Amino acid sequence: MSQTLLETKDLTVRFGGHVAVDAVSCAFHAGELTAIVGPNGAGKTTYFNLISGQIPASAGSVSLLGEEVTKFSVAQRCRAGLGRAFQLTNLFPNLSVLENVRLVIQAHRNKGFSLLSMADSHHELTVEARAVLERVRLDTMEDQKVTELSHGNQRKLEVAMLIALDPMVYMFDEPTAGMSADEAPVVLDLIAELKAERERTILLVEHKMDVIRALADRIIVLHNGALAADGDPAEVMASDVVQEAYMGKALENV
Amino acid sequence: MLHLLSGDKPRSVVLTIILLVILISLAFAPFLFPGVRSLETAARICIFIVLVASYDLLLGYSGIVSFAHTMFFGLGAYGVALSSIHMGRGYDALIVGTVLGAIAAAALAWLIALFSLRVRAIFFAMITLAVASAVAVLVSQLSGLTGGEDGLNYKIPRDLTPANRLGEFLGVKVNGKTLNYYLVFFGSAALFLLLLRVVNSPFGRVLQAIRENDFRAEAVGYRVVWYRTVATCLSAATAALAGSLFAIWLRYVGPDTTLSFEIMLDILLMVVIGGMGTMYGAILGATLFVLAQNYLQTLMGAASEATHSLPLVPHLLDPDRWLLWLGVLFVLSVYFFPTGIVGRLRNGR
Repeated sequence: MSQTLLETKDLTVRFGGHVAVDAVSCAFHAGELTAIVGPNGAGKTTYFNLISGQIPASAGSVSLLGEEVTKFSVAQRCRAGLGRAFQLTNLFPNLSVLENVRLVIQAHRNKGFSLLSMADSHHELTVEARAVLERVRLDTMEDQKVTELSHGNQRKLEVAMLIALDPMVYMFDEPTAGMSADEAPVVLDLIAELKAERERTILLVEHKMDVIRALADRIIVLHNGALAADGDPAEVMASDVVQEAYMGKALENV
Repeated sequence: MLHLLSGDKPRSVVLTIILLVILISLAFAPFLFPGVRSLETAARICIFIVLVASYDLLLGYSGIVSFAHTMFFGLGAYGVALSSIHMGRGYDALIVGTVLGAIAAAALAWLIALFSLRVRAIFFAMITLAVASAVAVLVSQLSGLTGGEDGLNYKIPRDLTPANRLGEFLGVKVNGKTLNYYLVFFGSAALFLLLLRVVNSPFGRVLQAIRENDFRAEAVGYRVVWYRTVATCLSAATAALAGSLFAIWLRYVGPDTTLSFEIMLDILLMVVIGGMGTMYGAILGATLFVLAQNYLQTLMGAASEATHSLPLVPHLLDPDRWLLWLGVLFVLSVYFFPTGIVGRLRNGR
């Protein structure tokens, strides 16, 4: 089996008496795209938050590229190779599109504490940022403020910022939510491209079954915070657990 | 030229013209506006531009509210005063006082930031308020060291005082005070350009990103606490340097001229009126405010005289009511220019 990039062992978080994520153990490998599914409230986003460090774990551990990162801050995990796009658009609203992406690359290149050079004089950062924008077809809008973008374009920028980060572990939380039918393919094609490179591991929280069928190598099902199923997409989709825990509710959602 | 401005163009014709007028007026103030009072005003404008710009680095660019800015300003001023008293008059005393003042300000800012910025930005505002009040009380109580409420008078090198006569130039008597003014002018200009560079550096962009969305800034790999801490220290040290210039200019420091809470409010107003998050706003805000503070009373006296035949109007325009009108002016300017004068000029709205 290919290299394990991310692993959670008995990862648990409790909010008061409520166990939101219940001892989830799972390993994610290079070249693999894992879809994380489950009904609303199953703990998918909370599981993401535990992995990326937005909330501290009550028990269990997270390791990234073989190194334990459970005690790491969000920024430290990011530097260790973990990148996440958010479910709700989460950008720098009053800065330009180009600046949003440039800031990510700048973080990556450790230029943040350069106080006396001009930001615009770092051409290599700008060139790189433009290349990323081209991949999501936002290159014609680089000077616009984020607040002036349509929702679909903000989603694309969200994905662009993740690609700019160039992490080993990509985490997408419903990347096409709220996008129109003609916008979504740009993002899905990008995810397919990343997957084809086979070097990274991709985690995808998604409700749309056609997306999962097209992209996923593997599905894990969360139900009431616990790992309910894990395996080949076709098998998992057919299993009773999923039919019971997820499919019924998913159909209601559609 | 553009490099000196760090590529941050005024981006508005009107703004460019206003800035040039202010720059030229300040650069040739001793010759354009001879007289003790006008030179006093010009020097005060220079110093407040730096003070306000350094506050804008915090408030406008980093989104951090601090109430301790006058404390840092005062640290620089008292640094120069104390060193001039204890080391005797001399340039070495000025340099030592300036450097120590700036270091003390940065160190104190570092402590406050580390204690409070980890938690929440609002906590920082509260802590700065507490520390600044404590320092102000301490300065007025420790009269043996600080001169208490009376403040301190001290001597600066003779070259920089009016006693140093240098003859006439363009029909204006040039003396040490003129040299002192140019020390203030060039010192302020250098500090302002430094701040302009910092806000346009990669670091400055990170500060803006943190202001916009600190959660995401952390998620793309920036350690938000460290950036905020460094910004705070930088802002404090610059404020202290402005304080040192002020002390060299005035040859006097006291709680009312450097530490008072009124000055803190003035700074806040100047930032807001000029335009938050635009360094140029500091120039406009400080110039307008200091001019209004110094000349509104005179102007109103003249207006009151001119309207003495009318009922009620001369009473409303009585010079004693200048603070009322200053207040009205500020309410109006904030109402009509919510993004500050610079924001308004740049948007053309």
